[in-house]
Amino acid sequence: MDLENQKRIKDLAETHGNENVVVVLGGAEAEASGLAAETVTAGDPTFAGPLAGVQLGLSVYHITEEALKETFDADVYEEQVGMMEMVLPVEEIAAEMSQFRG
Amino acid sequence: MSFAVVKAASYTLAHTPDFIPFGSTPTTAKARNDYEYFDTLKKGLRSFEDVVNYPPNQCYIGNITPQQLGEMAQPWYQSAAPAERTGKYGDILPQEEFFALLKASDAFDLVALTPEFIASANPKLAAHPQLKRFTLDAGKAMSAIDMHAMMEGHKAEPLTMNGELVGIVKQAHDEDENLSAHIMLENLTVKATGAHAALMLEAQGQDLSDIDYVIECSEEACGDINQRGGGNFAKAIAEMVGCSSATGSDLRGFCAAPAHSLVHAAALVKGGAFRKVMVVAGGAVAKLGMNSREHLAKDMPALEDCLAGFAFIVGENDGVSPIVNTDIIGRLNVGAGSSPQAVTSALVSEPLKAVGRKITDIDRYSAEMQNPEITKPAGAGDVPEANFKMIGALAVKEGQLERKELMNFVKNHGMPGFALTQGHIPSGVPYLGHGRDAIMNGDINSFMVIGKGSLFLGRMTNLFDGISTVVEKNPGVHGSSQNQAAAFDKDEARRLVAKAMQDVAARLAGSENE
Amino acid sequence: MLKDKKVVILGDRDGVPGPAIEECVKTAGADVVFSTTECFV
Repeated sequence: MDLENQKRIKDLAETHGNENVVVVLGGAEAEASGLAAETVTAGDPTFAGPLAGVQLGLSVYHITEEALKETFDADVYEEQVGMMEMVLPVEEIAAEMSQFRG
Repeated sequence: MSFAVVKAASYTLAHTPDFIPFGSTPTTAKARNDYEYFDTLKKGLRSFEDVVNYPPNQCYIGNITPQQLGEMAQPWYQSAAPAERTGKYGDILPQEEFFALLKASDAFDLVALTPEFIASANPKLAAHPQLKRFTLDAGKAMSAIDMHAMMEGHKAEPLTMNGELVGIVKQAHDEDENLSAHIMLENLTVKATGAHAALMLEAQGQDLSDIDYVIECSEEACGDINQRGGGNFAKAIAEMVGCSSATGSDLRGFCAAPAHSLVHAAALVKGGAFRKVMVVAGGAVAKLGMNSREHLAKDMPALEDCLAGFAFIVGENDGVSPIVNTDIIGRLNVGAGSSPQAVTSALVSEPLKAVGRKITDIDRYSAEMQNPEITKPAGAGDVPEANFKMIGALAVKEGQLERKELMNFVKNHGMPGFALTQGHIPSGVPYLGHGRDAIMNGDINSFMVIGKGSLFLGRMTNLFDGISTVVEKNPGVHGSSQNQAAAFDKDEARRLVAKAMQDVAARLAGSENE
Repeated sequence: MLKDKKVVILGDRDGVPGPAIEECVKTAGADVVFSTTECFV
């Protein structure tokens, strides 16, 4: 994950409290989404950025995950994201994401 | 008014392994003293032969078609067969020739080369059909010792061959960071690679001397402290390659700029302001090795080891070359929104609907043609395929395609990505050469060029950008936007063909009698 | 799940971009504190 983004997330978690921050991803691909999820939960696996060795344990979802989708206005979701479900490897992403939730 | 046509397109690469450290990712690694990255990078460097043989590069320069590329086993970097550095649309420069061209591009004595390098490079230039016009002046050589002294004062960036110093690019001003050695190196690279691409149009028989407007559409900016993006690469390149009748300007729009430029060029010609417009773009140093961390972590070579360029000519209707149908322009207006479906509707279905056509009526889509072997490990997925799926999904949504036909649509109307991740380079236009040929050969009738750009990276707006247009078979000498205004006169064409055949027959008969 | 939470959005140019995600999470009563779109090309 971009180092500047890691810094922003770290600061926001400090400001609002880890339990109050939820990260929502829009990644194109499963592995990269998993890496982002790992970074905001267990720490930066590449040990390159400000989240290296920092276990924020934030809640993290991909925008296409069922559990998250249910909380949105269905029409808005359909208009903004709907078509991408035909494009993205949705199931693969969901499987990858579930690994980073207890 | 008649539509403009695509007369020719060229595509070029320059293999620059020693330039990778100037890329954005390596520069960041250097600032963080990440020596491990550089150790791994050394192992991931490819030879010139590997770069030439790499199937996507062969596709880019025109030796294999995208369809042929799609039939080759992946990973492509492991399935390379011996190939030629010269292709139908352009060629691949080894680093030595690129450095020589960098010096040839230098109008302000900013590039210095060692005497040994000049002695070695001049015969290479002389042997290149298009670069033989350039000769490096041995009288202006600089010793490596003097170069080291300039580099120690941070007044120059090194040009190395396999780590050995052969030249430098000097800063152009003591205090102005817009003219620093690094920026001059980036900008001279744009000029050199852009000029290379333009010259490869000449190699295809195009006359550059009567081009009357040049649009340069890469992603760098040249200027000084008072006008950071003042320009203008277009005229600098035009001057270098002998477009003496041309004026020109730079057009910027992130990765969408080449597609914008195609529309601009077609409009300039159709509107009659200019007769023959060249669109040209040089390569982006910053993108060298951009995703190399991810590639190296997967034991892949650092595939982003080349600078890319392209050029194409849009001219007056010759009755033969494919037309740019500017009645079909997909516009991502400010109010369009940035959701993927809003973008795809604005760029694909709406402009087609406006002229009564369906998504499935267009034979090929050339969206963002990034090589998936580069983007997948980086986490961006297969960008062209995602575009084709989106376009197909929209066709499903609009009832033009059955859901189960989606992947067939992707296969039949799309193609594998083969362009380097050099920002603007993949923007729809890499297919202009292949697409033009496919139309001329009668394999397809039309293709849509789609460019998209991430404007938010400039931190001025959160907007996304995009533009598209259609290139299609020339309906005849007087193809027009109204079509009926000056309809193609078939009888007249038949009469001309018959007359030409009679002439040929007469000449043949004459030569037999001799 | 998102009601009254502080939401960080990491969109992707070639997946779902930030502004599209923003529109969705707003409907769930979340407070978007940071939204960005990554670009790998």
